[in-house]
Amino acid sequence: MGMFIRVDLDPKVAAQADLAKKLAEVCPVNIFEQSADGGARVVPENEDECVLCELCVQAAPPRGVRVVKLYDEGSSLERLE
Amino acid sequence: MRFYEFEAKKLLARHRVPLPGGGTAETPADTRRLAQELGGPVVLKSQVLTGGRMKAGGVRFADSPREAEREAAAILALEIGGQMPRCLLVESKAAVRREYYAGVTYDALAKLPVIIFSDMGGIDIEEVAREHPEHVAKVHFSTLLPVSDYKAKELVRSLGVGGGELTALTTIVTRLARAFVEYDLTLAEINPLGQLEDGSFVALDCHIDMEDEARERHAAVLEKLGISKDEPRQARPPTDFELRGAQVDAVDHRGVAGRVVEFDGDLGLVIGAGGGSLTIFDAIRKHGGRPANYCEIGGNPSVRKAAELTKLILSKPGVDKIAVLMNVVSNTRVDIVARGVVKGVVESGFDPAEKIAIFRIPGAWEEEGFKILRKYGVEYCDRGVSMSEAARRAVEKTKASV
Repeated sequence: MGMFIRVDLDPKVAAQADLAKKLAEVCPVNIFEQSADGGARVVPENEDECVLCELCVQAAPPRGVRVVKLYDEGSSLERLE
Repeated sequence: MRFYEFEAKKLLARHRVPLPGGGTAETPADTRRLAQELGGPVVLKSQVLTGGRMKAGGVRFADSPREAEREAAAILALEIGGQMPRCLLVESKAAVRREYYAGVTYDALAKLPVIIFSDMGGIDIEEVAREHPEHVAKVHFSTLLPVSDYKAKELVRSLGVGGGELTALTTIVTRLARAFVEYDLTLAEINPLGQLEDGSFVALDCHIDMEDEARERHAAVLEKLGISKDEPRQARPPTDFELRGAQVDAVDHRGVAGRVVEFDGDLGLVIGAGGGSLTIFDAIRKHGGRPANYCEIGGNPSVRKAAELTKLILSKPGVDKIAVLMNVVSNTRVDIVARGVVKGVVESGFDPAEKIAIFRIPGAWEEEGFKILRKYGVEYCDRGVSMSEAARRAVEKTKASV
């Protein structure tokens, strides 16, 4: 987890190889990577680099990815539907 | 990027600026051989990238090859301003009737290049401008148009030079200005520009600086001159602090956050944005502060880069606080810099509220940045507070904590 940003990834989304690839592609600061098993994982050391672009939020299905601003009383970027 | 005199002369030779006959020598024996080839008295010049060469004994004259060999041994062993000579420039000693000055540089206020000419060469041009302003003439020119002879002619003529001398000097000054533009120079100076007993002119000494960022563009020319890409070519070798700053900058491609220059003060500076660094540095000094460093941040560096820069500055002995100051940013995000600086302070084991004297970066994503600063109790301000006032507050806080 970063000092400023925490990225929550729904385990169901993380397990899908096509979504994992998409997340790794869209993030401009490499917060996601595709593991050897094809699933997605969050790279903790890159979380603080998040530029709040919401591309991951848009790429994932609703509630699939949540970007939490730890410095702002936990407010977050999330697609609810 | 500085050039040795022998390199500067090779560059000017490409623009057919007249030069004394000569060459370079790396040993006393080479010098003797060269002196023999040249015939007659010679001048030997230490090739160092620093001033004060004459006063330090780095320029000597010899009437014979044997004397040249002896003097060369002395000069080659002479350290000047912390530098050992790269080699010696050996030139025929010129019989000089009169000395002029010709230089081209940028006038930051006019935002244009300026040609400076004086009929009092051989001494510091700043001194001439101060003591004898009537002997210094200047003219600005545009880099958008080819450098025209008439500008140089009017300039030289304005000091009362006429006849064949006017024609000859006009040509040299024009060629110098063309070299300045062609090679992206920041300074091209011939001093003295000597008029010999036979009436001809030669560039007796010259000084050339190239814009660092232009090195790639002129890679082919620099290679021909034997200048390696790895040579920093600054006035002094970089300090360990500065080298570590360059390493920080090389961490990734995003933005700039490691160009640092070391000073001996107690207030660390994380500063930048389109010339803001210079303004802020001056403001700190104006308010009695002692900067520990100069630096440039811009182009939206990564959080990691900003954090590592902060850690580097805080690791400098004697640094008590840091001031994070910029003008108004558009291509650098305030929140990203705020994250980086706060992270760097925390990772250094300090409290951001204590260590950051002030954070004044207005601009893109400032509200998000201010939220971070509020959370960590850091004093911050927006564009409603001038850079000078923010600098004053930083200096005041630093003094209060000593």
